[in-house]
Amino acid sequence: MDWLNAIVQGTLLGGLYALFAAGLSLIFGVMRLVNIAHGDMIILAAYLGLTVTTATGLHPLLALVLVVPTMGVIGYVLQRGLLNQTLGDDLLPPLLVTFGLSVIIQNGLLEVYSADPQKMDAGALETASVAVGGLNLGVLPVLTFAVAVAVIWGLQWTFYHTALGRAFRAVSDNQDIAQLMGLNRRHIFGVAMALALGVTAIAGILLGIRTSFDPSIGGGRLIFGFEAVIIGGLGNLWGTLVGGVILGVAQTVGAKIDPGWQILSGHLAFLLILAIRPNGLFPRIS
Amino acid sequence: MKLKTTSRRSFLLGASAALATPAILKSSRAYAATPTLRIGHVSPRTGPLAGFAEADDYVLAGIEKAFAGGINNNGKTWNVEIISKDSQSNPNRAAEVAADLILGDEVDIIVAASTPDTVNPVADQAEVNEVPCITTDCPWQPYFFGRNGVPGEGFASTYHFFWGLEDVIGAFLDMWGQSGVSKSVGGLFPNDADGNAWGHPELGLPKPLAAAGYDLVDPGRYQPLSDDFSNYIAAFKEAGCEIVTGNMIAPDFATFWAQAAQQGFNPKIVTIGKALLFPSVIESLGARGDGLSSEVWWSPNHPFSSSLSGASSKELAEGYAAASGRPWTQPIGFKHALFEVVADVVKRADDLEDPEAIVAAINGTNLDTIVGNVNWANGPINNVTKTPLVAGQWQQDGDAMDLKIVANSAAPNIPLTGELKLLG
Repeated sequence: MDWLNAIVQGTLLGGLYALFAAGLSLIFGVMRLVNIAHGDMIILAAYLGLTVTTATGLHPLLALVLVVPTMGVIGYVLQRGLLNQTLGDDLLPPLLVTFGLSVIIQNGLLEVYSADPQKMDAGALETASVAVGGLNLGVLPVLTFAVAVAVIWGLQWTFYHTALGRAFRAVSDNQDIAQLMGLNRRHIFGVAMALALGVTAIAGILLGIRTSFDPSIGGGRLIFGFEAVIIGGLGNLWGTLVGGVILGVAQTVGAKIDPGWQILSGHLAFLLILAIRPNGLFPRIS
Repeated sequence: MKLKTTSRRSFLLGASAALATPAILKSSRAYAATPTLRIGHVSPRTGPLAGFAEADDYVLAGIEKAFAGGINNNGKTWNVEIISKDSQSNPNRAAEVAADLILGDEVDIIVAASTPDTVNPVADQAEVNEVPCITTDCPWQPYFFGRNGVPGEGFASTYHFFWGLEDVIGAFLDMWGQSGVSKSVGGLFPNDADGNAWGHPELGLPKPLAAAGYDLVDPGRYQPLSDDFSNYIAAFKEAGCEIVTGNMIAPDFATFWAQAAQQGFNPKIVTIGKALLFPSVIESLGARGDGLSSEVWWSPNHPFSSSLSGASSKELAEGYAAASGRPWTQPIGFKHALFEVVADVVKRADDLEDPEAIVAAINGTNLDTIVGNVNWANGPINNVTKTPLVAGQWQQDGDAMDLKIVANSAAPNIPLTGELKLLG
């Protein structure tokens, strides 16, 4: 029963990691951009959510209605105004620019919100639980997992069943030819970043309800997102969910053996998969 | 070929310049009417430890006011200049700014506060460069043993005042003993300097807890910033723990505390070091913050007053609350006391030009500060002295949470302000 509990809790934790990773996976798939500031953008979204909830008294989940579009706009403006300038044959400039962004966001948040740990108050949702076959499952982790599945299904559907998705796939395959066919890649990239940061907003709010956050913890979350993307295979969104779950289960099972192994066993699972399948489990792009 | 010769005039000019150089280069302070003493101060103004230093501006403004007229030493008035630098909560950065203060600004005394990550690197730099150093706000075991101190020998120029793990254990046992809950304790210790010290089988909590008849369930060391504590919760539930203790950072505690509720684990007492020190953390937990307990190093109800300004603990704390619009925090008292000790040392030193005389003055300190008596002759070990420690519980008081002192047998002069209430 203890082992089953560890695996189930790990799977639910994987949902959160998949949400951290979905935005990363999307923008890497579309424009080969590695966003080092992704973790800090999750925290930025959490702070935006906090501002909205304290200003309006809305429930944090309702605050999503405001925070998701705001992050989307930030994403579009950021991409068109800054990141498009850095994209090219070389991977390094966008890497360095997003690294700088990460530092700027962190210190900006520190200046505005101070270093105090903050938490969003979601009332009874935070502590509610359901008993399933002798296991106590928190409602919030279950909700997080369900949201992760829904978000990834939604992104996948957008990718393969809409005109926008066709545009994403076209610029991903060959930017120049897509441009010749009348797609404005600068605009497409902007929309992709807007979508990615919209997902980040959901991740940020759920993180902010689950635990307390301060401006400095973004970097620690980034690594789990990267690992989930790479385990699942670059450019594959369902793979990212699987990657998140593998990471979550590896962590809780590792912690079951010895709590000191929790983070380590996640990293070990990642290294193992990288050693056996360097492109991840289900790669769509090499 | 032309031979280069030195004329009589240019030789005289060069020689007299060379002779005069030392007089011009020598620092002018020996000749100034009021000489200046420089104090270097390192604290984590930004980063994860910034909560410890949030009152720095307020405390330093008060200190600078007290030092405005200079300090009298052996009939001579000295101006005091405090140079503050930010460690960014990073030990490497702390060592760097300490070296910068010592070698660049040539400070005469260096002080530092807030956790081993700030205190230890600064003290190490001071020890190497033989600059007198006073530190606080870090339990003495990580300070002393973390710097490879040898009992009986100690350090040459670095001194520290705070409490130790034995005090925190005593205060916790004192609080739990009066509650009457079952003696089964769950331990949450992270894999960092504090967590390893608290969970150490010989020097940490396990031995004294066993001696006092408590069963400690310690599943092991977790990595800070974990997202999941379900294995701990399962182990504590299975052992029927009614008390949870440990040393955590705030985000980890929030994760644990929410998961404990989700998974149906309801301990009666939760006493956690470090995470529950600050009112901002308790407020962020909402109603679930009511009834959590922690160690108390200093509070507005401590019956001590400042040797510099004469202000009582209450006046200092309320002054901060009024100036900043934020609740008081425990490090305020210690940061103030740090400069009280400095002022006292500057007054008493035989020769402020001589670092050894300053060290001798530090060693001879016997001062009643706002956090209690500081006297290195009473220390548990070389270069360390202790201030009293009690235990407290956060209780809803009107709109705000108030830290009530609920156990004081180690320091009966600090009055109790509340009674321990059980959770749940």
